[in-house]
Amino acid sequence: MSSNYLEIIRPGINTTFQDKGRDHLYHIGIPFSGAMDNRNYLIANKLVYNNLDSAVIEFAYQGPHIKYSGEKINCAITGDVIFSIKKKDTEIEGKCYESYQIENGDEINIISTNKSVYGYLALGGEFDLKFQWNSCSINTKANIGSNDGKKLDVGQRINLKKINSNKDIKKTNYINTKIENIRVIKGTNFDYFSEEGKKIFYEKEFTVSKLSDRMGMRLEGPKIDNIVNTNIKSEGLIKGVIQVPADGNPIIMLSDHGTIGGYPKIGVVASVDYDRLVQMSPGSKIKFKEINLSDAETLFKLYEMETQNLLSQI
Amino acid sequence: MIKNISNLGDAALYCDFGNEVNKSINSQVIKYFKTIKEKKFEGINNLTPSYNKLIISYDLKKTNFKEVKNYVENINAEDSIDINSKKLEIPVCCHENFSMDIKRLEEILKLSREKILENFLNKEYFCYMTGFIAGMPFLGDLDENMRAQRLETPRVKVPKGSVALTEQFANIYTFESPGGWNILGNTPLDVFDSSKEDKPNLINPGDTVVFKEITLDQYKNYNE
Repeated sequence: MSSNYLEIIRPGINTTFQDKGRDHLYHIGIPFSGAMDNRNYLIANKLVYNNLDSAVIEFAYQGPHIKYSGEKINCAITGDVIFSIKKKDTEIEGKCYESYQIENGDEINIISTNKSVYGYLALGGEFDLKFQWNSCSINTKANIGSNDGKKLDVGQRINLKKINSNKDIKKTNYINTKIENIRVIKGTNFDYFSEEGKKIFYEKEFTVSKLSDRMGMRLEGPKIDNIVNTNIKSEGLIKGVIQVPADGNPIIMLSDHGTIGGYPKIGVVASVDYDRLVQMSPGSKIKFKEINLSDAETLFKLYEMETQNLLSQI
Repeated sequence: MIKNISNLGDAALYCDFGNEVNKSINSQVIKYFKTIKEKKFEGINNLTPSYNKLIISYDLKKTNFKEVKNYVENINAEDSIDINSKKLEIPVCCHENFSMDIKRLEEILKLSREKILENFLNKEYFCYMTGFIAGMPFLGDLDENMRAQRLETPRVKVPKGSVALTEQFANIYTFESPGGWNILGNTPLDVFDSSKEDKPNLINPGDTVVFKEITLDQYKNYNE
């Protein structure tokens, strides 16, 4: 048995292992999964000298309280997160985007995410996890991935297979930006909706509902009226698709989404805004703004360049 | 043939094969799906065949709409592919313990329980697609007089193995999940097994499925 391990004192609300996710499986009904906010996932790994596709602990709202046993190791938390690190005689308030060295008996207490949803805890090393289809990402609906596809539980022990030798402290000054408008590309059933419905979609504000999770984000607001058919013949979905069922309230597909759906698609969130979309907590206001395909491609390129630039400075 | 290709967002191609649901259109979808899957085009990360659409998603860091569209327009999926389909028998127990919606079906279809089972069992159904939840097969077509709408309010939990009907289709709930289809019975078979990474699905698009009735005792002793 490994002598370097974590013990879960408090698991938090929805704490899972995530990595880059798994592809080439939509046709059998298995979604991508993987870290919801990809940029913060990558930064967390970079801060502790991991490969960028390493597994991290993802948490939502309230995070886990963890006790570490073993030789010295670095850790880092990304997102907008309130946490503390308890050492033998002191407890320090933690800062995101900064690595810390922890040793035998130290505790990390992740109290909550701040006006956001997801945060990431990376440890400088490699967790001992089961991989399914080249990914340890946990999909709790289908029970796929490491930890038998279940979220982390109280009392659990998680072993580390390896600890990185480089333990220099790293730091970056990243700030999570909020955006007012989520940019969308017109969906394949856009014309199913009334003129009034289309106007509502682009001009009115929607509120993120509490019924949101890794599968989807439900929105509340003025109803979007369908004038053609509230069902379509079931067909494939991708993350970011905005479906509008008969009740007129949009649902945005997120990383653990069902792979097939039968509700009309009014729009698709542009890839550039996905990381920021998933961080919008229940009660947040959303407004959609239409962009065309070529602008969406350019904006994503710029976003990706910015991500690479951030990573290269760490 | 693909009638039209458009974009679904900025990271997927929406290939439209028509609006009808039938075996011939679906076979075209499956041929394209298998051809593209085998060719492993750099950047394509998922393919989702359904009744009459094929969605091809790609990594926007590696390729883009124009490149993938150009690639798909120039492949020949007509002759190259052997669909390689199987014929499978699925045991199903329609004891009242499992057939939760039989009363509802009797009312809607205006048929007796016996007649419903007779119409449903021992017939060949075609697997159009799998998905929604992992491994769930969408099978068709049911006889004209067997077609019922979804439940007005979907169940929060449909038991694993449930065999259920909606419109011209039958499906199997591969694990416990929410769902609104009319439940007729339950199969003891594992239709999805995530421990078999190379072949987790028992039933794949293009396969033919026949439901064979088993008794409650046979159901209980199935794995012994």
